[in-house]
Amino acid sequence: MQVFPFIVVAWILAVGLYGVVTSRHLVHQIICLIVVQSSTYVLLLGVGYVTGAVAPYFFDVPNHTPAVDPVVQACALTDVVVEAAVTALLLSFAIQAYKRFGTLDPQELAALKG
Amino acid sequence: MTPRQRRWIFLVAGAGLVAFYLWGLLGLPGFGRYPGPYGPAILRVVVAQTNATGVVSAINFDYRGFDTVGEEFILFVAAAGVATVLRRLRGERDRPAVDEAADRDVPDTSSAVRMVALLSVGPVVLAGWWLASHAQTNPSGGFQGGVMLATAFVLIYLSGEFLVFKRFSPVDLTDVVEAVGAAGFAAIGVSAVAMGLPYLKNYLPLGQVPGAVSSSGTIALISFFVGIEVAAAFILIVGELLDQTLLIRRYSSGRGG
Repeated sequence: MQVFPFIVVAWILAVGLYGVVTSRHLVHQIICLIVVQSSTYVLLLGVGYVTGAVAPYFFDVPNHTPAVDPVVQACALTDVVVEAAVTALLLSFAIQAYKRFGTLDPQELAALKG
Repeated sequence: MTPRQRRWIFLVAGAGLVAFYLWGLLGLPGFGRYPGPYGPAILRVVVAQTNATGVVSAINFDYRGFDTVGEEFILFVAAAGVATVLRRLRGERDRPAVDEAADRDVPDTSSAVRMVALLSVGPVVLAGWWLASHAQTNPSGGFQGGVMLATAFVLIYLSGEFLVFKRFSPVDLTDVVEAVGAAGFAAIGVSAVAMGLPYLKNYLPLGQVPGAVSSSGTIALISFFVGIEVAAAFILIVGELLDQTLLIRRYSSGRGG
């Protein structure tokens, strides 16, 4: 069970990448990219996990209770914000691509570029 | 490149990725045995140093505050980028959505949806402010609270009131709020420099009780500014995307119209 979380990470990453490569629709492709990025959340939180520890909040537990690593959790928060920003930009690119080329199929878009 | 070739390239690259991933996995500590030292070092000193019981916020807005300035400006630039990419292009014009098939009956937004959406606005705003102002206490903070505040405006749109949504969040005002949020964070850092302290040094009084709303000095203040920046950025992004579907149409009725 030691490596199980990291196998989950690899699985989420693989599913997302497969979706990105085979996608026939830009919005679907962007969602697949979000799935790829979700694997990094699991990785970060998995790396910082400490068996038997509490969440790093000492509001209602005594200070110095063993807690999981808070730094990777802060990194995961950064990760989420960057993902939201990237998604918004990519969606606006998708809108403009559709207006310009009349299709949202990445493979047709590549063909149009010639 | 045919889809078939693409899949083969992906499989080869994927095999390489799997090999590297397994190699990297061998160097990781086992699950549940995080060895530190950075995280445990912060856990030992954080409450004494900052009076914040929300350690993740303390890291985001104090220990690694400089990173978070960058993170906040990523969102700021993304909102500006969305506005730039979705600007009105040549051959496009504003056109309010008109009913082009007047003979077909388009159902109004159901009153149940309107009720639930409008009734949720107040509690959502309250919860958003609560999150943005309790970063130092518990698992909340400016980023979470800001997204929730923006949700309140999306609820107004959902209740079928696009024009009310625009009236409540005029682009000029939202721009200013976003700029104030982003600049406020940076200014707190610069004000520390002006006093001869390091950038983003937590120089405000830390309060008496760990985890109180008034405690933790600049952490609470930065969280507040992040909250309004994030809320404004998301309102701008949502507004731009809605404009695209509801207002701006292609002039010619050509492809993709």
